[in-house]
Amino acid sequence: MKLTPIRAFILIIFLAVLAAIPATGGFLWKGKGEIRLLNRSFPYDFTLRRGLDLQGGLQLVLEADMSDVSSADRPQALDSARAVVERRVDFLGVAEPTVQTSRLGESYRIIVELPGVTNPEEALALLGATAQLDFREGEKLVPTGLTGRDLARSTLEFDSTTGNPQIGLTFTTEGAQKFEEITARNVGKPLAIFLDEEILSAPTVQGRISGGNAVITGEFTLAEARRFVTQLNAGALPTPISVLERRQIGPTLGVQELQKSVVAGLIGLALVVLFMIGNYGRLGILATAALAIYGTLTMAVYKLVPVTLTLSGIAGFILSVGMAVDANVLVFERIKEERRWGKELKTAMELGFGRAWDSIRDANFATLATVSILFNPFNWSFLVTSGMVRGFALTLGLGVLLSLFTGVLVTRTLVRVFYR
Amino acid sequence: MISLAVILPGVFSLVFFGLRPSIDFTGGTLWEIQVSSEKFSLASTAVRNVFEAKNLPAEVQTSESDRLLIKTTSIDAPQKQSLATALKNELGDFTEIRFETLGPRLGAELLRKAALAVILATLAILFYVAYRFKNFAFGATAILAMFHDTLVLFGVFSLLGYFAGVEVGTLFVTAVLTTLSFSVHDTIVVFDRIREIRRKADLDLEEAVDQAVGETLVRSLNNSLTIVFMLLALFAIGGETLRWFVLALLVGTISGTYSSTFNAAPLLVVWRKLSVKHGWRGILRFH
Repeated sequence: MKLTPIRAFILIIFLAVLAAIPATGGFLWKGKGEIRLLNRSFPYDFTLRRGLDLQGGLQLVLEADMSDVSSADRPQALDSARAVVERRVDFLGVAEPTVQTSRLGESYRIIVELPGVTNPEEALALLGATAQLDFREGEKLVPTGLTGRDLARSTLEFDSTTGNPQIGLTFTTEGAQKFEEITARNVGKPLAIFLDEEILSAPTVQGRISGGNAVITGEFTLAEARRFVTQLNAGALPTPISVLERRQIGPTLGVQELQKSVVAGLIGLALVVLFMIGNYGRLGILATAALAIYGTLTMAVYKLVPVTLTLSGIAGFILSVGMAVDANVLVFERIKEERRWGKELKTAMELGFGRAWDSIRDANFATLATVSILFNPFNWSFLVTSGMVRGFALTLGLGVLLSLFTGVLVTRTLVRVFYR
Repeated sequence: MISLAVILPGVFSLVFFGLRPSIDFTGGTLWEIQVSSEKFSLASTAVRNVFEAKNLPAEVQTSESDRLLIKTTSIDAPQKQSLATALKNELGDFTEIRFETLGPRLGAELLRKAALAVILATLAILFYVAYRFKNFAFGATAILAMFHDTLVLFGVFSLLGYFAGVEVGTLFVTAVLTTLSFSVHDTIVVFDRIREIRRKADLDLEEAVDQAVGETLVRSLNNSLTIVFMLLALFAIGGETLRWFVLALLVGTISGTYSSTFNAAPLLVVWRKLSVKHGWRGILRFH
């Protein structure tokens, strides 16, 4: 089937209407819920995700002090420190927290984002503490004096006959001695393991264990066993945590800034529309229509990816609106020119779109290249990792890509259908 | 000429005053609080006294009739707690708008990352333009025009830093990189036209450049105007946090439009003359 302008137009309208469903979610309708289909439910959420700077919250860059950990164990220790931070974050009950690790040279970091956290001081105190692992005995869970300090490491092992995952423990020389005494007096009884004052597990002691090597068996799934090992290592490889960076934004700042940006964006938009219509007449109206489609598609992409919108991201979006009509300007100027050179209207239009494409593509490449360096898609630690910068780069980059589509293909279709 | 008039004071200011680095580069603390309006008139002094008593430097700015922006060195949680208690004694209950504190080490890192990002972006653009136009001179002059814009941007912010206390941080780095790409954006439009003219008519490079500049002037202007409208609106009524970032983008966009037409294209002619004179033709081939 040949894609005639009319068919292309219908396709575009269909796409725009489809995109309008998620795009308007949270603005014109609730945008959240679930669809029941064939007895299964598909939850969906089309509300806009607001970044930390827009809804307030706490962002921390923590550094784990690795001076007591051998260099071979450091990556493992960082994972464990992260596991501990994640546990504590869960305890805070923040919606949509993120915990990431990053390593730059010899600096091991944990980056925590807690949107909407109500008591940042408490959160900081909780997250900044070093992990405490200890073993407790008896019904009253009396501390045994055996702690994470006595544990050299924990490893994931597999039972040689059943192949089930199990957890290996290796104690230090001093720890081995303590462990032997404790197991001797607790045969047949549980020995509880605590991390940060919370019980991890209470395996039953099968017999006196000497030599400092022990195994915990049980009905573990692989994931459970792995998590357990990481948590034990948090105690075995303790890394004091210090705060390298702390950014805390109150809930009011973002709301005010957001409102101002939206108003600014609308005024800027009005100016752009007036300019386009004033300069290019009917073509300008079509460019405005293409811009509306651009706005709808962009919003839909934000919701579907989903993009967490930050203040700088909004600036990126507003900027991209200015750039979205760029392609139109190039094309329309070209059409005017071809007309001046005596071409017929229809030929001038087709030539305008064809010949402007080269410069549009080349000109936008530069922006896409810079944006990908700023967005740092592979999270390389030698590039910028700041959320502000990446938020801007993401919306600007998406804007450039989408505007290539709407500015050229959509406008061309609209022009072919309506401009005769 | 125009660019000299803009660049000279800027370069002068850069050499003598430099840029004013924000806590992103130096490390330190930024603390914005909102106090009750009765206490506001006394607040600045009270804050300075509280910080002085703890042997901490404090720079205080006021805004919006009830807000204070305090700048000091990097402080930890216990220090902050004790400052907050002391401030509450003086000012009554206050609302925390934002609190940011960074260790000094991160600043050096940011500088390194920024430099690397600029180098990567420059190389990517240089090679892409050189490849697309099958000519190294196009790439090189595009980069030169780009550096012109960066210099303008640095100069303007150095002056703003000296006279208005405007600081540069992570977002300024972002604006510099965005300027690089915008600058090339318009340059490519002109270059593309030069290429087209030379393909159609067997014109001398100089004539082709003249013609292309004349033909693309309106287009480059209109092209940038739409971006300028959006940025102007954001600068005038958008929020405080992004104001200087938006201004940096605005300066970059305007300078980029100017330099594409009046620097990049004429530079191409200069480059050609130099290359002929010094026999660079072998390496920097011209078609």
